[in-house]
Order: sequence, then C-alpha cells, then structure tokens
Amino acid sequence: MIHSLFLVNASGDIFLEKHWKSVVSRSVCDYFFEAQERATEPENVPPVIPTPHHYLISVLRHRIYFVAVIQSEVPPLFVIEFLHRVVDTFQDYFGVCTEAAIKDNVVVVYELLEEMLDNGFPLATESNILKELIKPPTILRTMVNTITGSTNVGEQLPTGQLSVVPWRRTGVKYTNNEAYFDVVEEIDAIIDKSGSTITAEIQGVIDACVKLTGMPDLTLSFMNPRLLDDVSFHPCVRFKRWEAERILSFIPPDGNFRLLSYHVSSQNLVAIPVYVKHNITFREGSSQGRFDLTLGPKQTMGKAVESVLVSSQLPRGVLNANLNPSQGTYTFDPVTKMLSWDVGKINPQKLPSLKGTMSLQAGASKPDENPSINIQFKIQQMAISGCTQAGQTL
Amino acid sequence: MDVGLSSLRSEAVGAMRTALVSAENLQLSLKSELSQEEQALTLTKSSPQETHKDGNEDLKEMLESNKESLKLEAMKRVVGLIAKGKNSSELFPAVVKNVASKNIELKKLVYVYLVRYAEEQQDLALLSISTFQRALKDPNQFIRASALRVLSSIRVPIIVPIMMLAIKEAAADLSPYVRKTSAHAIQKLYSLDPEQKEQLIEVIEKLLKDKSTLVAGSVVMAFEEVCPDRIDLIHKNYRKLCNLLVDVEEWGQVVIISMLTRYARTQFTSPWKEGAIFDENNDKTFYESDSEEKKEQTEAKPYIMDPDHRLLLRNTKPLLQSRNTAVVMSVAQLYWHLAPKHEVNIVTKSLVRLLRSHREVQYIVLQNIATMSIQRKGMFEPYMKSFYVRSTDATHIKTLKLEILTNLANEANISTILREFQTYVKSQDKAFAAATIQAIGRCATNISEVTDTCLNGLVLLLSNRDETVVAESVVVIKKLLQTQPTQHSEIIKHMAKLFDNITVPMARASILWLMGEYCERVPKIAPDVLRKMAKTFTAEEDIVKLQTVNLAAKLYLTNSKQTKLLTQYILNLGKYDQNYDIRDRTRFIRQLIVPNEKSGALNKYARRILLAPKPAPVLESAFKDRDRFQLGTLSHSLNVKAAGYQELSDWPAVAPDQSVRNVEVIEPVKEWAPLVGKTKKSKSEDKFYSDDEDEKEEEGSESSGSEDSSSSSSSDEESGSESEEESSEESDKTSSDSGKSSSGSEKSSSESEAEQKKKKKTKKAPLKKNKLTAGDSDSDENGNGPVAQSSSSSAESSSGSETDSEDDSDSDNIAAQKKKKSEAKSKPKVEVKSKKEVSLLDLDDFSPAPTNAPKSSVVSSSLLSDLEGLSLSNVSSTMQVTTPSFGPVKTYELLHHMTGKGLSAKYHFPRQPCLYQPSMVAVQVILTNSSDHSLEEIHIGDRSPASLNIHCFNTIERLEPEASVTVSMGIDFSDSTQAANFQLCTKEDQFSVSIQPAVGELLMPSTMTEEDFSKEQGKLLGMNETSATITMATANTSSQAIGKQVLSVANVGVVSSSQNNVHRFAGRTVSSGAVVLVSLEQKESCAALLTINTEKSVMASMLLRDLKQALAQA
Repeated sequence: MIHSLFLVNASGDIFLEKHWKSVVSRSVCDYFFEAQERATEPENVPPVIPTPHHYLISVLRHRIYFVAVIQSEVPPLFVIEFLHRVVDTFQDYFGVCTEAAIKDNVVVVYELLEEMLDNGFPLATESNILKELIKPPTILRTMVNTITGSTNVGEQLPTGQLSVVPWRRTGVKYTNNEAYFDVVEEIDAIIDKSGSTITAEIQGVIDACVKLTGMPDLTLSFMNPRLLDDVSFHPCVRFKRWEAERILSFIPPDGNFRLLSYHVSSQNLVAIPVYVKHNITFREGSSQGRFDLTLGPKQTMGKAVESVLVSSQLPRGVLNANLNPSQGTYTFDPVTKMLSWDVGKINPQKLPSLKGTMSLQAGASKPDENPSINIQFKIQQMAISGCTQAGQTL
Repeated sequence: MDVGLSSLRSEAVGAMRTALVSAENLQLSLKSELSQEEQALTLTKSSPQETHKDGNEDLKEMLESNKESLKLEAMKRVVGLIAKGKNSSELFPAVVKNVASKNIELKKLVYVYLVRYAEEQQDLALLSISTFQRALKDPNQFIRASALRVLSSIRVPIIVPIMMLAIKEAAADLSPYVRKTSAHAIQKLYSLDPEQKEQLIEVIEKLLKDKSTLVAGSVVMAFEEVCPDRIDLIHKNYRKLCNLLVDVEEWGQVVIISMLTRYARTQFTSPWKEGAIFDENNDKTFYESDSEEKKEQTEAKPYIMDPDHRLLLRNTKPLLQSRNTAVVMSVAQLYWHLAPKHEVNIVTKSLVRLLRSHREVQYIVLQNIATMSIQRKGMFEPYMKSFYVRSTDATHIKTLKLEILTNLANEANISTILREFQTYVKSQDKAFAAATIQAIGRCATNISEVTDTCLNGLVLLLSNRDETVVAESVVVIKKLLQTQPTQHSEIIKHMAKLFDNITVPMARASILWLMGEYCERVPKIAPDVLRKMAKTFTAEEDIVKLQTVNLAAKLYLTNSKQTKLLTQYILNLGKYDQNYDIRDRTRFIRQLIVPNEKSGALNKYARRILLAPKPAPVLESAFKDRDRFQLGTLSHSLNVKAAGYQELSDWPAVAPDQSVRNVEVIEPVKEWAPLVGKTKKSKSEDKFYSDDEDEKEEEGSESSGSEDSSSSSSSDEESGSESEEESSEESDKTSSDSGKSSSGSEKSSSESEAEQKKKKKTKKAPLKKNKLTAGDSDSDENGNGPVAQSSSSSAESSSGSETDSEDDSDSDNIAAQKKKKSEAKSKPKVEVKSKKEVSLLDLDDFSPAPTNAPKSSVVSSSLLSDLEGLSLSNVSSTMQVTTPSFGPVKTYELLHHMTGKGLSAKYHFPRQPCLYQPSMVAVQVILTNSSDHSLEEIHIGDRSPASLNIHCFNTIERLEPEASVTVSMGIDFSDSTQAANFQLCTKEDQFSVSIQPAVGELLMPSTMTEEDFSKEQGKLLGMNETSATITMATANTSSQAIGKQVLSVANVGVVSSSQNNVHRFAGRTVSSGAVVLVSLEQKESCAALLTINTEKSVMASMLLRDLKQALAQA
C-alpha cells in the first residue's frame, strides 16, 4: 500500500518525509516536480503520476502537496482518501494545516503518522482514537509538559479500538452535557448571461459537536426527510434505521464530527438567494471598457446575505481597472487579471454596486469572451433546501 | 576496526541466540537478560562505529544522560532529523539503549527510530529484539500488539524465524487487536522473506476463519499481498466476510470488496447472459422506461442468481452511503463488474455525490464515470447537468467532464450539450477550448442529425481571434468533411480564404490536404493556393511541406495544364530539402506522376493511388479501451497495467461447485433439543407437545396412507384435554405477560398490528378458540386469550374490537394459527407426515366453521385434492421416497448470526399447501438464538415491496440463548422468483432479510390421470410449450432417479404413466393456479426430451433450466 509520504511546499521543497517500509529516496519526487512544472496552475498537477518503479499519488491542500509513494496496484481513491484524512487530522490537531504548523509539531506529526499507518495500511484514522493515543498540543499542555516532564503521549492505551463503537472514546465525562448541530448548506449554481439558472444543486452537511457523558444514543429526525436525495453517513449512524424510518440514530463520537452530508438533487429547481445585474462592455477600437455590477438579494426570507465576495477573471487584454464600489473594497491583480470585490453584507435598501472603467491594452482587439463572475456568500440560519429538523431525543 | 566489528558481531549473535532461546522456552530471567544487553551496549560504545559528526555529539550525550527529559528532548530532535530526511544513523547505539525505557513517549520515538534505521544497522538492531520478545508476553494486549508491530517492522532478515514464531503465536492470541497486528505482520515478513510463503499461508488460513471485524480487513489485505491466487481459502469464509462487511472498518472494506469482486468473477456465472450483454441504448431505454424494470428482468431470464452472489450484492449496497469515497468507489466497481445490468444504476447517484468531494477524488471518479458512460449512457444521462464544467475546475477535471458529456450526447440532449459547448469554446483556458472543439467534432460524427449544425458552428469558429481555436477547428472540420464529402465546397473555399491568416502548422497542413483531396470541387482555388505555397515552401514546417507536395501531385493529376510548372518547381524544392522524409516523398511522387520510360506500370495507377477514396477517421473516446481494466484501480486510472495488478477473470461458463462455500449446517434436531431443556416459560408445554407429537407420529405410522378422522380426532381430544389444564395454569401466569406484551406493542406499530389481529381472532371465535388454542397455543396465545375474553378493561382488546369487522378470512387465519403452532413444534424430520395430519385435523375441526369465509375455488380444490389424495396415497412410490429428503437438504440461510447479533434464521420450503392464504407459499423459518442473552419480541417488520403479501408468524416473546424455534409463514410470491424482502425484528434490532424462492417452490403438486394430462397438454401447445433436448447423467436414467431429481427441483406430483420411457409430472402455480406440466421422454442412452407446458412461459424456461441442471448432475 502506501510506501512513503513526502510533504512538499509551494516552492517545491520537501520539508517532511516518512517511510513505512524500506526507505525510498526522495529523488523519486523529481518526477513530481517535473509534472508540477508542466502544470500551469498548482491545481493542474495530475493526482496520479507514474514513474518507472513507483507511482506518485498527490493531494494538494492548504498549498501543501502530500505526495504518497506506492509501489503496486492499489485503488487510487484509497490513497487519496487517506491523504485527505491525514490533512483533516492535522487540522484537527493544530487548528491549521500549514507548513509552519507541521514543522513546529514535527514530533506529533510523526507520532500521528506512525499510528495512522502500519506497513502502509491504515490502522487508526478515527480522530477520537488518535486523540486518546496522542494528545493534541495546547499551549497549556506544552507548559505543563516542560515543567513536569510529562508527555503528550497517552498513558492509557486506547480501548476504543476494541469496542463495537470504535469511533467513540471511552469514559467521557462532562459537567455540562451539550450537543450542537450545525446544518451547513452550499448551493452550487451555474447561471448564464441572461440570469437564468443552468444548473443548481444543493450540498449540505450536518456538523455536530457533541459533548455528552458516557455512551449516549441519539436520534435525530427530520420534518421532510424525503428532500435528502442522497446521503452519506458517519459510520456511527445506523443505516438500517434510516432506511426504514428515515431517522438518524447513532452513538456519536466525542467532540466535533461530520454526522452526515447530503445532496439535494438538481432536479428540483432551487431559488438562488442573490441576483447580479451586470454590464461589462468593451468597445471596438477604443482602449476603454465599461464595468458595471450590481448585487441584490432575492428570496432570502428576510435573512441578511453576508460575507459576499465577488471575483471575476477579466480578459487578458485588460491592463487596469478603475472602479468605484458603493461599499466594500476591491482589488485588481494586473498579473493574473483577477478582480475581487469584498462586498460584505448586502443592504436591501441600498444595493451594492461596482462601477467604473477598465483600460485595455492599446491596439489590442476587443476581447471576445465575457468574463465569468464567481460569487460567494453566506446566509445565517437559512436552509435553502427547506430541510428542517423535527426533533432529537437522547 | 576489524576486530571491533567481529567482536561486536559475535556479541550480537550471542544476543540473538539468547533471544531464540527465550522465545522457545518462556522462562527467561529478566535480570540476566538486561545485563547482557547492557554489556553489549557498553561494548558498542567502544567500537569504531562511534565516529560521527560533531553536530550530533550533543545529542548523543543527551541520550546517554540519566535524565529522562533530556533523553526525550534528544529523541524529539532526532525524529526531527529523520523527518527532514537527514541521516542520523550514527546515533543508533545511543538510541537503541533506550528501547526498554519506561517512558511511553520516549519508547515510541525510539521505535520510530528503530524502524527507520534497523535495516541499515542490522547487527545493532538485534540488541533490541529481546525487549520486544519480552513485551510479546505482556498481559496488556496493546503492549503485545505494539511489540509485534515494531518487531515485524525491523527489516532484518536474520530474525525471520523469530518473527514467524511471534506471528504464529499472535495469530492465536485472545485479543482481536493482537490478531489484527499479526495479520499486518504477515505482509511485512512476506516482503522480507518470500520463502516463508507456505507457512504464512497457513497463518492466513487460520486468521481468515476469525470472526472479528477487526481482523477481517487486515487479513484479507495480507491474503491479497501474499497469496491472491489461493481462492480456495476464501470459499468457507465467503459468507462470513459478506455478512461482516458492513461492520469492518472502512479501509478494510475497500480491500475486502475488491477481493470479493475477483472471487465472484471466478465463482458465479454471468448475470448478463440471456439476450447477451445489451447492446446499449435501444435495450436500455426500453428497460428504463419500464416501471417494472426489475421484475421484467428477472422473469425474462432463466438465469437464477446464486444466492451467495446475491448476498454479496445485497450486503455491499448500504456501503454506497459510506463517507469514505474509496469505499463508495469500490462498491460501484463491484456492482459494475458483478451485478445484473439493470441493477448497476443504483450506484449512479452515489458516484455523482462523490463529484462534490475534493478535486483529486473528482478526478478519479470522473475517469471511472467516463469509462462507464461509454458502455452505458443511460446510467448517467439523468445527471448530465452534474457534469457541466465550472469555471473553477482544474483543467484535467474540465477535460474529463467534457469527455463524459460527449459520451452522454444523444439525439435528445445534443442541443443542450452543444449550447453548453458553445460557452466552453469561449473559455480563457485555451487547452480546454481546443478540447471542446474536438468534442464537438465527436458529437457531430456520432449523431448524424447535428453534423451540419456542428460543422456550421465550427466554420464560425474559423473566424475566431484565437489561433489555437481556429487551428483546432480546421483539424476537426477536416475530419468531419472526410466523413461527409458531399457539397462542402463552400467550407473549403472559406478555409482557403483563411489560409493566409493561419499559422499553426497542423491547421495549414489540414487545409492543404483538404484542397488536394477535393481539388475537383474547388478547381479554381486549389491552383492558387498551390501557387502561394510554392512561394513560401522553404519557410514552412515539415508537415506543411509534405502536404504541399501531396497537393501538388494531386493537382498535377487532375489539372496538369495549370499546375504542371508549379508542381515541377515544388518537387525540385523538395528534392533538396533538409528533411529526408520530404526528399523521399518528393522522389516517390515524381516517379509516380511524371511519365517517363523508367516508371513502368505504376504510372498508370497514379491517379488511383493518390485519389483513392479514403475511409473517414473514426472519432473515438480516449476511454474506449479502458474497460479492460477493473474500474477504480490504479491501472485503470493510468491506462497502463500497474505492477501487481490482478486481472479480473471472465465469468466461468459453468459455475463451480457452490457447496464449497457451505459451512457445516447444524442439524435442526440439535437446535431443537436445547429449547426443551432451556426455555423456561414454555418448557412444560413444549415437552408436552413433543410428546404429543410423538404420539401422533406413532398413530400416523399405524394408519399410514388411510388416515381417518376418528384416529386423528381422538388424538386431538387427548391433546386438547390435557392442554386445557395447561392453559388454565398458563393464563394465570401469563396475564402479567400479556400486560407486558401490550406495552411492547405500543412500541412498534407492526407488532401491535399483529397483536390486534390476534385479538380479533380471539374475540370473534372465543369459544372455539378456547377449545382450539388450548390444544396448541403457546404462552403468547394463551396470554391473549383470557385477556380478550375477560378484560373489557384492557385498552388493547377494545382497540382490537374496533377493527373487528374487517377481518374476513378469519377462519383461515385461525387455521393458520393453529397449524403454525403445531408446526413450530413438530420436528423437521417427521414434518411431512405429521403436518399432513395436522392439516387434516384442522379441517375436521373447521368443517362447521363459518361459511362466509371466502375461499377461492382454487384453494379449496387444491386443498381438497390434497386431502383426498393425501399426497401419499395417490402419488407414486417415488414421492414417498423423495419427500422426506427435502427439508434438511435445502435449507437456506436467512440471517447469519453474525449479522443478526446472535439471532440466526434459516428457512426452507416445507412444500405444504399454505393454509393462511391459498396464493401463498409456505415457508418454515428456524430461528436460533446463538447470543448469550435472550432475545425478545422477534417479529416481522417492514417488507418491500410494500405490496408484498406476507403472513407473519406471531411475535415470539422470548427466545432463550441457545434455543431455537421453528415458525412458519406464508409468502405470496405472485408466481415470480423475485425475492421477498422484509425485516426480521427483535426488540432492539431490525435485520433486513430476503427469501428468494426457486421456481420449483412456487408450484404445488396436482394429481391427474394420464388422460387428463394429455388433455391439458393439448390445451397448452405452441407458445405455452417449452422444450429442450437434454443430456442426463448416467446415474439419472432410471425412472426412480428421474423422479427423485425432478421432485427435488420442483414441487410437482407424479402422473402415473403407461409408457416406460415417458415420465410425467403435474403441478399448479401457487398464486394463480396455472397448470404446469412436465414431461420427460427418454431417448437412447442419456438423451431425453424435456417438455414443459404452461401458460407461464417465464416460469417454464426457468424451470426447464433448473431441471436440466438437476438431471445433468449425478
């Protein structure tokens, strides 16, 4: 399975290596660097690269490439999924998964990797178990450790691994028992020039933060479970119960976890809560272009649209943009031609707009494509799919 | 130096020897061992190995200090060095000393170091072995496991025997965690020393039998690594693995699924046969439009899926909901490679869901979808919009999406797709835009309706400002024109005009080629283009030059007047070109076209050679040939066979022996025994009944064949009177129970329904019931009886009385109840006989029963015929011989005790007419509790399809450990072999199970004379006749054997025959009562003509197949 792992940063340096079998020389990464050079964008590096004796499977997260070296046939998704799990674990442990964080905690990282794989085969990937084995570093603990000389490796050996619920650690105790569930929905839509929706789908997740004593058994029911077209569960959810009654029944892991993710089919038409009025023109012959963009809320059920971020890749011919936002700030990168506008909150009374001119390369002909506009926004306390939770019991 | 080393080695060998000794005889004194170790280490210190760089000097000092914290600090820095890939091997002696440290973190870090450097410092590494050996005996399972882990990770060949020993011991460890570790260690040892293969296979074999979910994944991984070809090891564990699969950790699931995929491909026959692999769209759309798709399919095929095959498919399906994308993908590939074509569609949704995952996941999934979508468009067509390209996608994702969209294009959706493509062409990502143009080209060739539209669109693109877009368009147009060479001179002219502006060599070459090929259509322009080319010839790229030469040659042949000089000029230029290809071509062309004395015959054919009609290129998907690889594999992703790739074998033509997967079946009688002994509540009753049964049996044997009502009723009376006493006792006792059960019924609706039903019955015929149920009810029934009668206070019973009126098949139900109870008690061995008696008894009792109970004529007739004949008297002697052999032989597993959390269920078809409802098939289910606690409230829950008509057994209140109970139920299969899915529920759990009947079980025997038989047969000719010539095994040629084989397959009655070589059997389908006639005409030697007449043609073909199979095997 997984032979070795190399961590490569954006500038192409290997800053961590770990081998689970015989040592593989780091020169194997040269093939990766070659592919990296060929790719125009960091994202374009192919995830699977064959080399004469090995295969490199890489994942790019947080501007770090996680390059796994394998020697023989293995489902590529197996490796990819595992690498992502490693990243998630690092994030869970250190808050962020950056080169600096990994370098600072290299011992913990090594201990984690040692526990996660045995001979290249995943051993313990549940964060609950790992946290029992290796305690995540906190400032307080580091201080205590330096003073008392105690360690951040768990004295107790993990018993969870043996139980029927391997995801939950044993002997959990809280004085305040609480459980939070966050429903996060993302809408993904392609909208054409004239404003009609070409495709829109809703992807949702329920993230939970459960801090309950003992072995709680929770059930969660929905008002309209039929909405959830396709779901995937955390292993703790009893699948049979869902099949039969559409009720989520589970013994949760301790702490934060993703309970389920669901998909609301694109077949149902989705109302997009934001609209954009745009007018971007380039005139033939002149070196000026007009740029006019207005945003407005639509069907938000009275909820405010927040953290709106508009970005647009302008045509290559654009030299500079001289714009005037009615609110928020904008930046234009003349190298990448990326225009981004941080709008903030949309005020329905006074719609935010961005107007101005773009200067084009002199003599260049009129760009023939319309730039595409990406908009990200957040709406608190609203589920687009209309999915609601009916109740939960302990 | 040499001396130092050799002394070191001898010391190491010494340590080694002690290690070996200690491994063998567990007695080792801790102290002496330690001292030896220390000795060794002090020796190493003085060895010349110590020469190391200054930078690490302080680390070494820290490691050798007495302070734990200093050591730890040093180790942390060492690990940091390892992580950076810096060599710190010279610290080995200093580090190894700390291997026995008490501090867990320090120890772990030392382990990390050891595993990293042991291979380089083999001799020194041996010093640490004894510590691990000691730890292997630790009472704490985690310490044992981690010791084994490190021990096996030290890649030192000399310790192979120790590792082997440790693995063998750990494989037998009580802790599943240690066994899991040993499974991991197997792979490590194998990679270290492949010589050990045989011994390791033994360990694998042992571990495969392990029932722990913890071990399953790891051992299958070891199996895949060490001996993937030893399929025979899997047989016995196949069902267990299938059933455990859901509970195995996610990584193990991936490995097990891919192994099972390979296994299934070697062990089961193809579910795709019959009507062959549907060639795509036509069949597909048909099936998709069909609402009853599934049913249709199963009926249309005489193929019957091996239950084990079905088991695999059923047990993997829930995993499509896994959060682990690798698991989802592996289930998807399993369905793709194993499931009947119509079932593959269920994976679509999950795969589309994965597209929302990380970019790398998308990449792999899209690759697999691309391969799938070539073969089966229909699967992904509804999700077409999910493959629309987003501006934020990476280029390789975009191209894959494009590929899939092109694959999905058909007449209906092409306009939408083309509109989408138009947007893509404008993309700023030029590579992607070029790929889009190629995709448009492919759509144009694949779908003739839009060829012109596409062509026009592409021509428009010729005026695009972007070079690459134009060039790509030219190339694609060239290909398109070749497929459609009719009047496209306009386009060629247009391209000629553009020629000056195009600089991309490939595009220029393409235009030149087009000019040459269709020069007759553009007689005026072509020479002009050639003229221009002549001017710029020397400055062109090679590929353009070649095409210029070609163009010149073609023009020379068609229009030599205008172009002769030009051609000469170009050929001269070409003759002195730097590129030898061009010189070569020029020489060849000159010889070919310019007539001179030397060039003989070839010259005459020049025109035919150069202007031959050329086949149009086929624009194919790049994923066309990827299906040779198993989906989801690395090889598939790379389209190259990766090292260690296991070829997926083709389906075997004939399925290998299925019985190899059978795990020894426990005798039903055995299961029965503990019940008598252990179940407390029903103990007396059971015992009593078993006695009673014995009695009956005796009686039955006395009056075998000619049973009269008097004998049976007397036995009934007897039992009735005795049990009345029993029940009065019982009713007192169970009054509290009934309270309990009613509270239980509130919990689950299905149960309360059953409860109510019971109430209804008891209410309606209280008197009869009293008498009757007294005879054969168990505690549950008794408990309810009194409640219903006496307690108007019971809320339950009042609710029961509300729904009173609906129950119309009341008497049937009571009969059913009664029968069920008695069946539950009867021993399977005597079942056949005693059951018959019971049914007789019931009828006797019920003859005065209310006549308003509607019975369909079919039932009564069949029942009557059954009764008249008693099946025994009328059916020929072969029947008597064969019947008893069914029950135990064909027992199917309904629920494995691993999946059922201790509850296991087996079922068989008793081949009795079902009394609950005429259209139902009787099924007996043996429920066994193999857990260590009693199971409560076993009942049947939801069923699917919802319309499925099942007569459930009464809720079993309590099943003690080790006890088993036989219950019977009726299922209306509506004459189809579609499985009946339902849930078997206990108080806590629900288990989805399914019963799939063989076609022969959907029949019931009917008796008729030979005359009637031929009369019926005469009515069922033509479409209703299915026949085949079959070859029988020699052992089956006797009429006895034929009868036996036929009856084992199908529940039919023997029709006495006047001809010796003709055997006839008759039956009716259970649900619709359609006549099924089987006749077998023996020809010379082993050949025979098998004919089946029935209006149910689907059943006929299935039955034919089954019979053929049965008769062919000895």
